[in-house]
Amino acid sequence: MTDETVSVPPSEGRKPDLPPPMSVSGPWAWMRENLFSSPLNIALTILSLLLLYLIIPPLVAWATTLATWVFPTEVIVGDRSPRSSDCPDGACWLFVRARIGQFLFGFYPEPERWRVILSFVLGAIGIYGLLGGPARFRKYAAIFFFVVFPIVSFWLLRGGLGLMSVPTEQWGGFMLTLVIALVGIVLSLPFGILLALGRRSNLPVVHLLCVIFIEFVRGVPLITVIFMANIMLPLFLPPDMQVNVLLRVLVGTTAFVSAYMAEVIRGGLQAIPKGQFEGAMALGLGYWGVMRLVILPQALRISIPSIVNTFIGFFKDTTLVSMVGLYDFLNMVKTGFKDANWVGVEITGFAFCAAVYWVCCFSMSRYSMHLERKLHTGHKR
Amino acid sequence: MTPPTHAKSARELEIGTDVMVELSGVNKWYGQFHVLKDIDLTVYRGERIVVCGPSGSGKSTMIRCINRLEEHQRGKIVVDGVELSHDLKHIEYVRREVGMVFQHFNLFPHLTVLENLTLAPIWVRKMPKKEADAAAMHYLERVRIPEQAHKYPGQLSGGQQQRVAIARSLCMNPKVMLFDEPTSALDPEMIKEVLEVMIELAQSGMTMLCVTHEMGFARTVANRVIFMDFGEIIEQNTPEEFFNNPKSDRTKLFLSQILHH
Repeated sequence: MTDETVSVPPSEGRKPDLPPPMSVSGPWAWMRENLFSSPLNIALTILSLLLLYLIIPPLVAWATTLATWVFPTEVIVGDRSPRSSDCPDGACWLFVRARIGQFLFGFYPEPERWRVILSFVLGAIGIYGLLGGPARFRKYAAIFFFVVFPIVSFWLLRGGLGLMSVPTEQWGGFMLTLVIALVGIVLSLPFGILLALGRRSNLPVVHLLCVIFIEFVRGVPLITVIFMANIMLPLFLPPDMQVNVLLRVLVGTTAFVSAYMAEVIRGGLQAIPKGQFEGAMALGLGYWGVMRLVILPQALRISIPSIVNTFIGFFKDTTLVSMVGLYDFLNMVKTGFKDANWVGVEITGFAFCAAVYWVCCFSMSRYSMHLERKLHTGHKR
Repeated sequence: MTPPTHAKSARELEIGTDVMVELSGVNKWYGQFHVLKDIDLTVYRGERIVVCGPSGSGKSTMIRCINRLEEHQRGKIVVDGVELSHDLKHIEYVRREVGMVFQHFNLFPHLTVLENLTLAPIWVRKMPKKEADAAAMHYLERVRIPEQAHKYPGQLSGGQQQRVAIARSLCMNPKVMLFDEPTSALDPEMIKEVLEVMIELAQSGMTMLCVTHEMGFARTVANRVIFMDFGEIIEQNTPEEFFNNPKSDRTKLFLSQILHH
């Protein structure tokens, strides 16, 4: 019986494997091949280096050495409030420092802000348990994140039952951005899966409903969906029923990202060979068993890059909620520009905004790469 | 392919009198194309049937109808006393009791070998995980690759993957095993290891229906060889009679093509 995968055994007559010569490996070879392989390539390399030299150092200086980081003494002592003229040159980080509370929490009352922090810490613990923690705790992490966390954090954020009530009109800043993004991201995955399965279903009614939903929501700009959710949702509800603006927006954005997610997942489902369905069905698994145990794990794995791509796009699109008067992170920063004390700090404000969004999106991107590597089981298709 | 000598005994195995699979007047069409024409076939417990015939003759379609991977449009298929109809309960019962091995293995690439084997026992038979693991290891030993239990299918050779696929079916403790060209996608040096496992399975008394071009296997273990062409069963006989004394011209032509290439 030949059980080992075939490999040639090292034998007497075989020549030994030698390391490759310096000219084909190592940093010098890489540079020669990629940067200096032809006259044109050499010219482009030098030009690029020159451009980088012209751009990067001034930018770094603007953000660090030239920037103002520390409040003047009279502000610290309390004689006056800080203003943009305290920043002579470079980035005015004083603007960010002075207003960071609003940027992060919006108009959330200051003594209650611990509740926001606490609920996001709980969320972070849940996400860690779900995605990065040890496998044996994953079940509890899932129950915590999908059942306990939404209830507790809603109570913490909204108040009531012993906590001071904070209406959603006072929510804002980065916290609001995170709420909208998290709700959309977490709900869009199950809805997207159901819509994708529905679209591939043999049942004509289910199929038709899913197609109509997906094509309609996907064919309309997000801004329109938000407006429509804001204006049209109340028309379908009894007149005495007041639906909160944030809730309306959440319904709209979640529907929007779910439609995109459905198509991403459908693409993944389409890539699974027919043999996988047959193999699973031949073992006696029913439709949901086949999907849950065999097809979806594979389809979701190959869709990870597109799923995360959708999430990243959606995370940035949450800024559109400012169109219906919600103060998300970007809108909150822009509001700061209107302050008479802070004239001409737009560049700093937008740079700060960009940096925060970039850190969030880049972390998602890195995590998806890590996940892809982790789930790679060396299978060929 | 020279069959191992100990396999001779497989030919003398007892065949029961109870019917495991019965096809009567089965017809099937793919659109306008009539794939199966009035198929009548009765398989008794313990029978080892080899189905052969040129490609496109409907042999794969026929055995895929037996666990309803394909739907027949006319006629009747009864497996272990249960008739295949649109009733999902019946279909799922038949699929639980009938194992199937495919040409391209169809192992689940995201699960380890052990998880591939225990998936159906745990989720379909509701077996406790420990018990399912033990059963899986038993069958992996039977197909001689227990040491691969924690690898992924993508890390195994074709022959090993096919043996895992056989073990996966056996874990459901099936009453009938269907083989759909199990060695056709394998490199020549791996065909033998799969056939050996199939021969042992036949010796254990399993009811088997094999679509295969391995005529050595047919001679060694089959008690009946069926020849199909153009969607019909042209001829069926014991291997001796079938190979030495074929009745129809089409069978003679087919045999001359596959035996003297």
